Amino acid sequence: MSEDIQAGLAEILEEVAGVAPADATPEKSFTEDLDVDSLSMVEIATEVENKFGVAIPDDELANIKTVGDAITYITNNRG
Amino acid sequence: MTAIQLKTGAPGARILGFGDYRPRRRVTNDELSQVMDTNDEWIQSRVGIAERRWASDDETLVEMATAAGGKALAASGLAPDEVDMVVLATASLEYPIPGIGPQVAHRLGIPRPGAFDLNAGCAGFCYSLEMASNAVRAGTARNVLVVGAERLSDVTDQTDRATAVIFADGAGAVVVGASDEPGIGPVAWGSDGDQYSAIEMVAGNGGKMIMAGQAVYRWATTKLTAALEEAMAAAGVGPEDIDVFAPHQANLRIIESMHKRLGFPERTVVARDIVTTGNTSAASIPLALSALLESGQAKSGDLALVLGYGAGLTFAGQVLRLP
Ligand SMILES: CC(C)(COP(=O)(O)OP(=O)(O)OC[C@H]1O[C@@H](n2cnc3c(N)ncnc32)[C@H](O)[C@@H]1OP(=O)(O)O)[C@@H](O)C(=O)NCCC(=O)NCCS
Repeated sequence: MSEDIQAGLAEILEEVAGVAPADATPEKSFTEDLDVDSLSMVEIATEVENKFGVAIPDDELANIKTVGDAITYITNNRG
Repeated sequence: MTAIQLKTGAPGARILGFGDYRPRRRVTNDELSQVMDTNDEWIQSRVGIAERRWASDDETLVEMATAAGGKALAASGLAPDEVDMVVLATASLEYPIPGIGPQVAHRLGIPRPGAFDLNAGCAGFCYSLEMASNAVRAGTARNVLVVGAERLSDVTDQTDRATAVIFADGAGAVVVGASDEPGIGPVAWGSDGDQYSAIEMVAGNGGKMIMAGQAVYRWATTKLTAALEEAMAAAGVGPEDIDVFAPHQANLRIIESMHKRLGFPERTVVARDIVTTGNTSAASIPLALSALLESGQAKSGDLALVLGYGAGLTFAGQVLRLP
């Protein structure tokens, strides 16, 4: 389950920000390690909603720092 | 009972000519870095602006609007007395009484037209184009001058890096007249008034603008693709028919994101006037199209897809045939 989400998120990261899928591991920080900036985060939130049906409002997005945070958020909010 | 008689309009409306005015003063990112905590690399990567124009004292809204309007009139080949209506799109009047449409018309020698200002934020040009097209088709006006003019530097806190690096000054104009073949497609427009505070002039900020940048970015990159698709569908064209894509020049990243989502063919020219002009709100689309026509990247007869969007929040898009 969480592997599916990690793989799906890795696809989104590659598409939006050119991150190599192998680098999209839970401990990685989007901004520090993967060079994903705040506007790319907004686009990632959009793609997460399209792919997983999980909306991430702006205030929640601000708390998502690592790939692991995103996986947890999606897991907890998936219907 | 006597029936009310109506006028007969034209079968279609089209743009007859473009005009533009760019303020003299170029403001580089390095210049801004000297007065606020910002830098060229950040601005170029987040917004895509290398330099913008800020108006000097003598380059008032009326002066800039008159200059752009005069060029559009000349390009259309019409005499001033053939214009019956003037729509002045602006959101940056510091003192909104009186509106400047009548004064600009007077300065251009257009005798006593229906003239008014229209404020639909950065969507103002496309809203005005719809008014102009309808007026020609209804027989209200033979020809209409539409001007988008902004001095956003007046309503921006020039030391606030959240807005000062983005907003700029300038004017662009078109003349709209009758045509047998429609040259202005049906508008796809709307508003999201629940987000009224996303771009707002507030008393608490000295009357200057504040902006919820990320909320606007998210709205623009998610909600507006549908409006672009609707504008194309309503005009009976598809992405493969679009020669020029000229959305509002708000942020280069938004332009690229829309471009990617719509799937245009390789040959479609994308307006990136923002790089040297900044975000000029209601002036940005006619400025961008003027530049493309002038450089030869866009040609007469090309089909252009435009979309204005911004404060309100408002949006409006159309398919246009370039003159
Ligand atoms: C305005 C905009 C460029 C701001 O980008 P953003 O990524 O949302 O900016 P944030 O405020 O979240 O700041 C992100 C980081 O950049 C920094 N930053 C913000 N503005 C900066 C500037 N002008 N120069 C340098 N750094 C800046 C912040 O301090 C923050 O750094 P941190 O992550 O280390 O804390 C962007 O939101 C945008 O363009 N939105 C669309 C707005 C628009 O198009 N409006 C016009 C509609 S008509």
